[in-house]
Amino acid sequence: MNTPSLLLDGLPVPFSVGQTIMEAATAAGIFIPHLCHHPDFKPQGSCKLCTVKANGRYVSACTMPAKDGMEVENNSPDLNDKRRTLLQMLFVEGNHFCPSCEKSGDCLLQALAYELEMLTAHFPQFYPDRPVDASHPEVLLDFNRCILCELCVRASRDVDGKNVFALSGRGIGKHLIVNAESGRLADTGFALADKAAHVCPVGVILAKRRGFLQPIGCRRYDRQPIAMQPARPLASGGNGPES
Amino acid sequence: MADECFDATAVAALLQPIVERHRRDPLRLLQILREAQEVFGYLPRTALTAIADAVELPRARVEGVAGFYSFLHLKPVGRYRILFSDHVTDRMLGSVELMDRLCNRLWIERGKVSEDGLVSVDTTSCTGMCDQGPALLVGGRPLTRLSAERIDRISELVRAQVAVSDWPEEWFLVADNIRRRDVLLASAATPGEALRAAVARGREQLLHELKRSNLRGRGGAGFTTHTKWETARRAPCGDPQGGRYLVCNADEGEPGTFKDRVLLASHADLVFDGMSVAAFAIGAGQGLLYLRGEYAWLLPALHEKLARRRRNGLLGVAVCGQEDWNFDIDIHLGAGAYVCGEETALLESLEGRRGVPRIRPPYPAQQGYRGQPTVVNNVETLCKAALIALRGGDWFAGLGSKQSTGTKLLSIAGDVESPGVYEYPFGVSIDQVLHDCGAGNAQAVQVGGPSGSCLALHEFSRRIAFEDVPTAGAFTVFGAHRDLFEVARNFAHFFAHESCGFCTPCRVGTTLVANCMDKIANGNGSQYDIGEIFRIHRLLHAASHCGLGQTACNPLFDTLNKFRPAYERRLRSLDFAPAFDLDQSLSIARQMTGRDDPAAHFGPAAGVQRAER
Repeated sequence: MNTPSLLLDGLPVPFSVGQTIMEAATAAGIFIPHLCHHPDFKPQGSCKLCTVKANGRYVSACTMPAKDGMEVENNSPDLNDKRRTLLQMLFVEGNHFCPSCEKSGDCLLQALAYELEMLTAHFPQFYPDRPVDASHPEVLLDFNRCILCELCVRASRDVDGKNVFALSGRGIGKHLIVNAESGRLADTGFALADKAAHVCPVGVILAKRRGFLQPIGCRRYDRQPIAMQPARPLASGGNGPES
Repeated sequence: MADECFDATAVAALLQPIVERHRRDPLRLLQILREAQEVFGYLPRTALTAIADAVELPRARVEGVAGFYSFLHLKPVGRYRILFSDHVTDRMLGSVELMDRLCNRLWIERGKVSEDGLVSVDTTSCTGMCDQGPALLVGGRPLTRLSAERIDRISELVRAQVAVSDWPEEWFLVADNIRRRDVLLASAATPGEALRAAVARGREQLLHELKRSNLRGRGGAGFTTHTKWETARRAPCGDPQGGRYLVCNADEGEPGTFKDRVLLASHADLVFDGMSVAAFAIGAGQGLLYLRGEYAWLLPALHEKLARRRRNGLLGVAVCGQEDWNFDIDIHLGAGAYVCGEETALLESLEGRRGVPRIRPPYPAQQGYRGQPTVVNNVETLCKAALIALRGGDWFAGLGSKQSTGTKLLSIAGDVESPGVYEYPFGVSIDQVLHDCGAGNAQAVQVGGPSGSCLALHEFSRRIAFEDVPTAGAFTVFGAHRDLFEVARNFAHFFAHESCGFCTPCRVGTTLVANCMDKIANGNGSQYDIGEIFRIHRLLHAASHCGLGQTACNPLFDTLNKFRPAYERRLRSLDFAPAFDLDQSLSIARQMTGRDDPAAHFGPAAGVQRAER
């Protein structure tokens, strides 16, 4: 029997049964924008950046199983416009000030905004009140930048076995919480060596005393746009994810 | 009780009987949290820690669940918690003015607890009393047909600290208001009759009858019931001994719908018969009824009915003499989350988690409750299944239209003479319904609630049917004097409040749209904002994770297309107007400094001041 394959923007992409569209594309070196997806973790499909059109229907590439002969539209003006709007929504929902952010240049949200040519936040800013948590001796939590991708939740639960993070609230009030009655990271079992300390795609979970160790301008996405990067990004010396 | 006056030992002792009653089962977390709140008035931090320890879940997970549901509180809400139903029909009957009146009488601000911790007043999503509004919930009990006099009496009772149980009993009466009966509402089947008929037919024949009936789900989506049952019956099951589940979706949250309330209040045995019939067909050993938190007041009567059925051999071991079939029904209460009406969110909630819709596939019929094959059916669908067990598939298929067999219950409210529940064969025209309920001057009908469609005058010849105007049952009529913009604005805020927040488009988009509608309402809107609403509508429709987000902008889309003047007369005649007023934003600074001279103003206001001088 022939290897099954799908058509991604007209290009045949082989896959093995059980793979998602995202996995098939990644294996073939084709970039589908994403934020909450990470190859090491169970897909969750919440950011919707990876929305593609499969056989005419909008689906999340990270959760939709690939099917033989499936026609998938990825890099199209319509989809990129929708993705840009989603990015703008994430930018106004939180407090994102790239020029002063320690994660600038290593940030997936910022890299995608460049990639998808997002020029402004477009929508009125929400300016939510999200106090930082500096209680932990090694790590700072700056909730202002949280995009609710749940990668830290998944990493702490599935890899570290600690369940340090969870989500509370609902709708626009949804927010990240930590596993302590005091609500402070210092009172959890969190450690800098945890996987969860190194998966944040934006600048929420930051190692203390390492700020700007790597100068802005020499960081991962400064060197090469995200769509040109190898599927598994290189580890960086600063506060970048070590995936 | 004041915040954080609980010490950990005392809290654990108070919680002990609750967690033991639920066998420390983490899947029963939501029920445990609900009951714990009844003890403390809210959920203190120490209680969350104690519950987490008892059910062996991470504390943050427990807090995350408590933070998801509207009826669970992490901060004190007062000994009297008064929630006004905020459906558009309540508003049309003056609920906003009544709430203001109560707040004034009690000297409190909406949404804030009084300083003595006695009372708080707020709004909640539609409580399913549209036929007898305006309505409110106090201590979880519904109070209907509010009037200014009644509001004044309520404020006196609260201030005199009279227990809600001692308030006049007639205030809490809930009428059925059944206005038109057809095969379901006129059914005189005795408890257990349908189940015995199903057992007499046998599984194969029962499923065959169901197939011939062409029964489709009454919850809105219209999926063929037989397909669901057959899939669940054939799906491999991890546990061969009663590992399948039957869930009755009684989370009737769609604003404007209340027909399930009437079925549960007055035809509960038919609902339980339907559940038993379905369970028999698929071989389920356990039935679960998920009752929306707003209907908690129905609970005692439902438990009593279940107890009677157990005594009569209709539930329990070897039901109806079937040696190989044990079946019982458990009731789970929701806690104020519309999204839990979505069947996979409902399953998450049943398993004690945040009500976030699951990724499909797998579908519940393959892997549902506890990962086992599960059928989730609407209350009305199960009643219809009971009737089919009694009278056969051909009889049922002879009612209604070819693609939409049988009858449909409509919950009719708004500008009509006789609001209530009407049962019609499918295929009835909107015109006919409007005539029957006494809607003299209707300009629009919202069919199927906010997530359904808004029909204008020229569409009143259309018919209620899956192939024309599908509906879960809401039928809300707006007279010629109503402002459709305000209707749509109410719905926009409803979706923003009820979005679960899982996916980006719905979480942020519903709030952006609600803000946009407020901007237009405040007189700062322009054509630009109309364009923004359409743009967000397209994104939500395409990229949202579940039906809530996909349909959240429908009411705006419909009213913009059919009632555009309602929007346009509010717009400034500019291409763009900002949401904020620069001069207005300086008013606090002016107040603080006691200045009101021209230099303390911006823009035209400064000019006017100068001209006045």
